[in-house]
Amino acid sequence: MDEKMVNLTIEGRTATVPEGTSILEAAKTVGILIPHYCYHPSLSIAGNCRMCQVQVEKQRKLMPACATAVADGQVVHVYAEDALRARQGVLEHLLINHPLDCPICDKSGECELQDYTYQEGRAEGRLREPKRFNPTEDFGGDVLYVTNRCILCTRCVRFMAEKAQDPVLNISERGDRAVIGKVPGHDLTDPWAGNVIYLCPVGALLSKDALNKVRSWEMDRTPSICPGCSQGCNIVLETRDNTVVRLQPRPNHDVNEFFMCDEGRLGYRWMNRQDRVEYPMVRRGDGLATAEWEAATAEAASLLSGRRAFVLASPNLSNEALFMLSRIAKKTGGAGAFRVRQGPEAPLPGAHDLALRVDRAANGDGAALMGLARDDAPLARMQDGDVLIVADEDLAGVDAADAARAGAIIVIGTTLPAWARHAAAVVLPITNFAEEEGTFTNLRGRVQRFRQAKSGPGFTRSSWLAAADLLTALGEPAEYLRAQDVFDALATANPEFAGMSYATLGLRGALVASAASAGAVA
Amino acid sequence: MGYPHTPHDRETLVLSRHFGEAEARSLEGWKKRGGYSALEKALHMDPAEIVNIVKESGLRGRGGAGFPTGVKWSFMKLGDGKPHYLICNADESEPGTFKDREIMRWTPHALVEGCAIAAYAIGAETCYIYIRGEFTEPLLYMEQALTEAYAAGLLGTNAMGSGKTVNVYVHKGAGAYICGEETAMMNSLEGRRGNPRIKPPFPAVAGVFAQPTTINNVETLAAVPHILNHGAAWYQAFGRADNPKSKGTKLFSVCGNVQRPGVYEVAMGFPFKDFLYDLCGGPLPGRRFRAIIPGGISVPIQTVDEAEASIMDYEGFVEQGTMLGSGGVIVIDDAQNLVKQIARATRFFAHESCAQCTQCREGTGWTARILERIVAGEGTPEDLETLLDIGWNMTGTTICVLSDSCAVPVSSGIHKFRADFEALIKHKTVHVIPVVA
Repeated sequence: MDEKMVNLTIEGRTATVPEGTSILEAAKTVGILIPHYCYHPSLSIAGNCRMCQVQVEKQRKLMPACATAVADGQVVHVYAEDALRARQGVLEHLLINHPLDCPICDKSGECELQDYTYQEGRAEGRLREPKRFNPTEDFGGDVLYVTNRCILCTRCVRFMAEKAQDPVLNISERGDRAVIGKVPGHDLTDPWAGNVIYLCPVGALLSKDALNKVRSWEMDRTPSICPGCSQGCNIVLETRDNTVVRLQPRPNHDVNEFFMCDEGRLGYRWMNRQDRVEYPMVRRGDGLATAEWEAATAEAASLLSGRRAFVLASPNLSNEALFMLSRIAKKTGGAGAFRVRQGPEAPLPGAHDLALRVDRAANGDGAALMGLARDDAPLARMQDGDVLIVADEDLAGVDAADAARAGAIIVIGTTLPAWARHAAAVVLPITNFAEEEGTFTNLRGRVQRFRQAKSGPGFTRSSWLAAADLLTALGEPAEYLRAQDVFDALATANPEFAGMSYATLGLRGALVASAASAGAVA
Repeated sequence: MGYPHTPHDRETLVLSRHFGEAEARSLEGWKKRGGYSALEKALHMDPAEIVNIVKESGLRGRGGAGFPTGVKWSFMKLGDGKPHYLICNADESEPGTFKDREIMRWTPHALVEGCAIAAYAIGAETCYIYIRGEFTEPLLYMEQALTEAYAAGLLGTNAMGSGKTVNVYVHKGAGAYICGEETAMMNSLEGRRGNPRIKPPFPAVAGVFAQPTTINNVETLAAVPHILNHGAAWYQAFGRADNPKSKGTKLFSVCGNVQRPGVYEVAMGFPFKDFLYDLCGGPLPGRRFRAIIPGGISVPIQTVDEAEASIMDYEGFVEQGTMLGSGGVIVIDDAQNLVKQIARATRFFAHESCAQCTQCREGTGWTARILERIVAGEGTPEDLETLLDIGWNMTGTTICVLSDSCAVPVSSGIHKFRADFEALIKHKTVHVIPVVA
C-alpha cells in the first residue's frame, strides 16, 4: 500500500488510519462513536450540526471531528469538559424548538437526537419562550416531513442532490425560520427518494407506509437480502408478532452502499400473505386431501418413478433450494427452467453500480448457475409426459396447453393457485423467503446470506428441505439438517461455489469463481 | 469635520480627499486628480514587486479582520496554471458601517484602479466587485466608472496598452448580511445559496469556482494606488511610532448620538477621545456618552472610560477590550435603553443567520427572544446566566463568525452594563437617565 498512514491518540487509544481520514472516522476504528448528525459517510461533509466537536491538543478552538483531518501525533479528547459542554449546548439548541413529542413519534427508540440527549444532554431545557411551529408537509412519494422535529442537518438535501441527483430538496428561509423546502411542482418520487427517511437522524422524515404502525423497540430485526431485483441490496427485515412491518437498507459497500430503492423497501406485503398452503396434500379423486409429509413425499417420488422431472422454479428461491431441485432433475434425467419478471431499470446515479435492476428477482443468476435454463416460455422445454415440478411459480401467463402436456404436476409452493386445486397431484407446502434461511447470487455473482425473520405457518417446511426429502425418496440420499449443510454440499459439487461456506460469506458475501476471476482480470 | 461636513484639520485625507467632489466621479475628473497613474505604473511592474511593496507598507485588511494584505496576496501562487480570481468585498452590511459606501459614491475610479492593480498583482485576470444589494447609488456610480474605464481601454484584454488582461465586473448582492462573509460571498457569486463554507480549503487554495481566490475589502483596495504612487515608506509614516503593526489611514463611519455623525479619515494611532469629542463634536446637548461600539456591531461594547482611553488602531482597541473591526463607530448616549439597543442588534443577527450551524440558527433567535422579553419587563434573574451560556456556546464553535458576532454585544453588554439589565429585570421598566443640563 502506498497510502500514508497517520498515528494519533483518541481518548488515550492509538489509532492508525490513512492520511486524510477525519477524526470522526478514525475514532470509529478505536471504538469511539463521536456524536454527530449532519455527517454521513456516503455524503459530502456539511459540518453544520456542530455536534461532533472535540478537543484537539494545541488547537485554540474545539474542532468538528467530521471536518478535521487526522494529523500525526494529534491528541484528541472526545470527552473533555469543554467538548462535552459544547455538545450539550448544541443539544439544547436543537431541542429548544423541537416538539419533544417522542411518545407519538415513529422515530422514538431509534432517534439519534433522543440517544445523544440521554447520553450527553441537559436534564431540562431553559427555553421560556413559545416554541416555533411549522405545519407538517407531504413531500410526495412515501415521505412525510414533520417540520417541527427537523434539525436541518441537510442529509436529505445532500442525498437528493448527490446520490439521487434529483435536487428537489433545499433549505428554505434563514435563521430559526429555516425548513427543508421542496421545489414547487416536484415531489419525492425518485425511485430512491425513500432513503431520506433512513438517512434522517430524527423523526422529521417519516415513511407514510410505516406511519404509526409499530414502535421501534417492539420490532425484531433480521439481516437479509432484498428479494425485489437482482441487485441483492442488503437489508434488515423488521418484524413484529411474526409479521414483516418494515424493510430498511443495511450497509454493504460492495453492493448497495447504504441504500435500497423504494420498490424494494415497500415490496414486503407478500411476505405476510395469509392465504398460504399450510399442509401437504395429495390428489384423491377430484379433490386434494391433506397428508403427512412422509406420505406426500412418497407419493411424489412414486409419480417420478420411471419418469423425467421437469422443474419450473422461481428465481426467488434460494441457491440451496435450487441446488436440490436441480439434483432432482438430474437424478431423473430431466431438466429445469425459470423465467424472470422484468421491469424498467432505475439506477442511483451517485452510487457505484447500484440500480433497481431489470430482472425483478433475487436469484436468477443463482438459478442459471444450477443449470436451470432461463426462458420466457419455460415449459416449451418440457417433454410430453414429464412430471412437472412447479417450485414456487404461479404459472401466471403460462400456456395451459403446455402445462397439460405434463404427465403429472407436483407443486412445491407457498400458496395454492386456483389452477393447482384441480391440476396438482401432490402439494408440498414450503416457507417463504422471510421464513427460511439461504443464499442468493446477485447479478455480479455475489453470493449473500439471508436469515430467517419469522416462522412459517402450519406444517410448512423450508424449500430446500422439501426438495431434499423428495430427492432422498428418489433414492439419492440428501439428508441435510441445516441450510448450511446444503450449501456446503453445493460448494463441494459446483466449482463456482468452491471454498464457500456460511462462515466465510459473513456479512458481505463472496463472489462466485467466474465473477471473482473476471474481477481480477479487470 | 468629516464628510458630509468640511474636513477637520486633524483628519488625514488620503482616501476621502475627494469626497463631496462630484467631478471626481468621472474618469476625466479622476484623471485630473492623478487617477490611474498607479495602475499604469503597476502594469509595467513585476507582480511580485507590487506584493512586496504592499507587504512593506503594512496595509492590513480594512474589512474587520485586519489580516496583512500583502501576506494574503502572497498566498496566491503565481504560475500554477489555474485561473486566479480577485473579489472586492463591497457588501458593506455591518450595522454602523458606511465607509465603503462613500468611497464608491464619490471615488468609484479609486476602487476600480485598486481592483485592477490587486488583480494584476495576484495573477488574476478577473475581479468581481460584490456590491451590497441595497447600495443602489454606489452601484450606479460603479457601473458608470467601469463603463468609462472599459471605453478608455483602461481595463480589458489590453489594459492601458500593456497587453495584460484585467477584467472587472460588478455583481449585485441580494441583501443578505451573511454574503459579506468571504466564503458565503463566493457561493453567492457562483449562484448558490449564500452559506459560508468550511475552511479548509482556504480561498487562496480553492475559492470561487474552486480556483485560487483573494477577497479584499473596498477600503483596502482603494488604498493600494496611493501606496504605489507614494511608496511603502510614505504609508508606513502614518501611525504610532511605537506600534509597527498598524499603519496608514483608516476611515471611520460614525453614527448614533453625536453632534456630527459622518465619515472621518484619521491616521492610525489617533486618540479615540479626541476623535469623539473634537472631530465628532461630542455628545448631543445635555447628554452624556453611555457606551461606544467602535468597529461595527460585532465588536465588544466599550464603556465611556474604555473608549476615552483607546488609541485608534488594531492593537489600541484590543487593549481596551474591543476591536477596530470595520471602523463603524456607534455611539450610544444616556437617553437610550442600552438593553433595547442590544436586543435590536441580536434580532438583526437572528434574521440574518444562514441557518447552517445549530448554535447560530437557534441561538441567535433564542437570544433575541430572551432580550426582547427582558425589554418588555418580563425578564427573570436566571436569564442573564442563560444568555451568557448561550453566548459561550455561540462563540468559536461555528463555521463562520456570525454567531460570535451575535454573542459579542450580549456578553460584553452584560459584563459591562449588568446594572442596566438587572434594573430592567427587577423594576420591569425602562431605565432612562433624565436630561442633565
